[in-house]
Amino acid sequence: MIIPHPLLGPRDAAEFVYKGDATLIDRPDGLTASDDEMHDYAYLRDNPAGRHRELWYHEQGDRSWLVVTRDTRTHEILKVELARDVARAAGRAR
Amino acid sequence: MRYSAWNIFKQGLTGNKGWTRAWRDATPKADYDIVIVGGGGHGLATAYYLAKEFGLTNVAVVEKGWLGSGNIGRNTTIIRSNYLLEGNQPFYELSLKLWEGLEQDFNYNAMVSQRGILNLIHSDPQRDAFVRRGNAMQLSGADAEILDRDRLKKMCPFLDFENARFPVQGAIWQPRGGTVRHDAVAWGYARGADARGVDIIQNCEVTGFVMDGGACKGVETTRCTIRAEKVAVCVAGSSGRVMDMAGMRLPIESHVLQAFVSEGLKPVIPGVITFGAGHFYVSQSDKGGLVFGGDIDGYNSYAQRGNLPVVEDVCEGGMAIMPMIGRARLLRMWGGLMDMSMDGSPFIDKTHIRGLYFNGGWCYGGFKATPASGFCYAHLLATDRPHETAAQYRLDRFRRGVPINEKGQGAQPNLH
Repeated sequence: MIIPHPLLGPRDAAEFVYKGDATLIDRPDGLTASDDEMHDYAYLRDNPAGRHRELWYHEQGDRSWLVVTRDTRTHEILKVELARDVARAAGRAR
Repeated sequence: MRYSAWNIFKQGLTGNKGWTRAWRDATPKADYDIVIVGGGGHGLATAYYLAKEFGLTNVAVVEKGWLGSGNIGRNTTIIRSNYLLEGNQPFYELSLKLWEGLEQDFNYNAMVSQRGILNLIHSDPQRDAFVRRGNAMQLSGADAEILDRDRLKKMCPFLDFENARFPVQGAIWQPRGGTVRHDAVAWGYARGADARGVDIIQNCEVTGFVMDGGACKGVETTRCTIRAEKVAVCVAGSSGRVMDMAGMRLPIESHVLQAFVSEGLKPVIPGVITFGAGHFYVSQSDKGGLVFGGDIDGYNSYAQRGNLPVVEDVCEGGMAIMPMIGRARLLRMWGGLMDMSMDGSPFIDKTHIRGLYFNGGWCYGGFKATPASGFCYAHLLATDRPHETAAQYRLDRFRRGVPINEKGQGAQPNLH
């Protein structure tokens, strides 16, 4: 798989570490969330056959975190964003 | 028809015209006591033990493709019971005991070959860990032996004992481990279940669950609606896809695992050798091919094929520990889908929906578990109580804080 990095262009997926479903970045507040919310966040996954938004960390590169939209049936990469931009758009980052 | 030397002799004298098909091409009935979704090894084993051990024969197995088209025909055929934890090891030892009697039990030649499995040791801490594991294995009634370097050298002189990064110091050996002809497992269970009255329905994909008053009362399929008192899902690899139709999210991600086989060679590898430190394991098939593999690719996938970085990684592992493998040519490689669970251990449980049962999350260890998985799932379906060796394989174990985490990696499925 080649991941088209928004800043660095096409990069081999082997340079990245896979960090799972992109929703994992939306961790509930551990002080206020209920046990069920924390359990569902940490342990349950949508695991779709098809479009999947997921986190890839460019460890062997610029250390950026990407949100990659990929089809899990074909491995086709449909969209790549910087996780920073996604967080900002969601009003989460400073 | 019972398979026996006498029957081979008799059929040989009569032109081999008397052999019948191994199982019927069943037409689905409108309702059953139990419908098993998924005609893989585990589903067929469940049907077989339901019929044989629990006398339940009003059972159907529905399969999307043909029998053996999924993971039962895609694994590397290894059987073993070398786990550490209480929740796992007795279950896998039950499985190995069932393997040992399987061919006589279901009257089919599955080529069960207990040629032994070696896990290589490269350091003192690893030896300590394996001694501990060996003790846990023996406590469950399994066999385990620590081999020192000299004994291992006699057994496998071709290993790179002086490897600079991972010098080989010995191994833990389970002589009762080995390999089994995987397709024959599916066929043997299918034949045994069919002979006892189970309907095996191929090319019949489940497209939804029949819900009635909050309970699951059957399945919608591409052929017809099939009603049942109990629906037993058994589709590891595709669990996410199927349980989504019941609106359930699971503690599972689907990943792809690749496997490889070389051209046929003369006998060289005595049993199964695992080089965990280098992401490589190998055995030799009866046809002579070196059957080997390594780690999962590491990202969610339903594609049944992997990518080249893992091919390189696995082959590097092989070259590192067994340099002679570089002379062999790779014949085939393929991929299969793994239900990677959040702690690396499986589930055999009821769901919160009445009438709906779930078996999955086998990670990359489903093949060796086939007999016990079928046996324990049948036990659960027949009695509504978990079998004692599978009592910890519950869907709510994360909520209760009792995962069965052999590797201690946490909720990171691609690291198990």
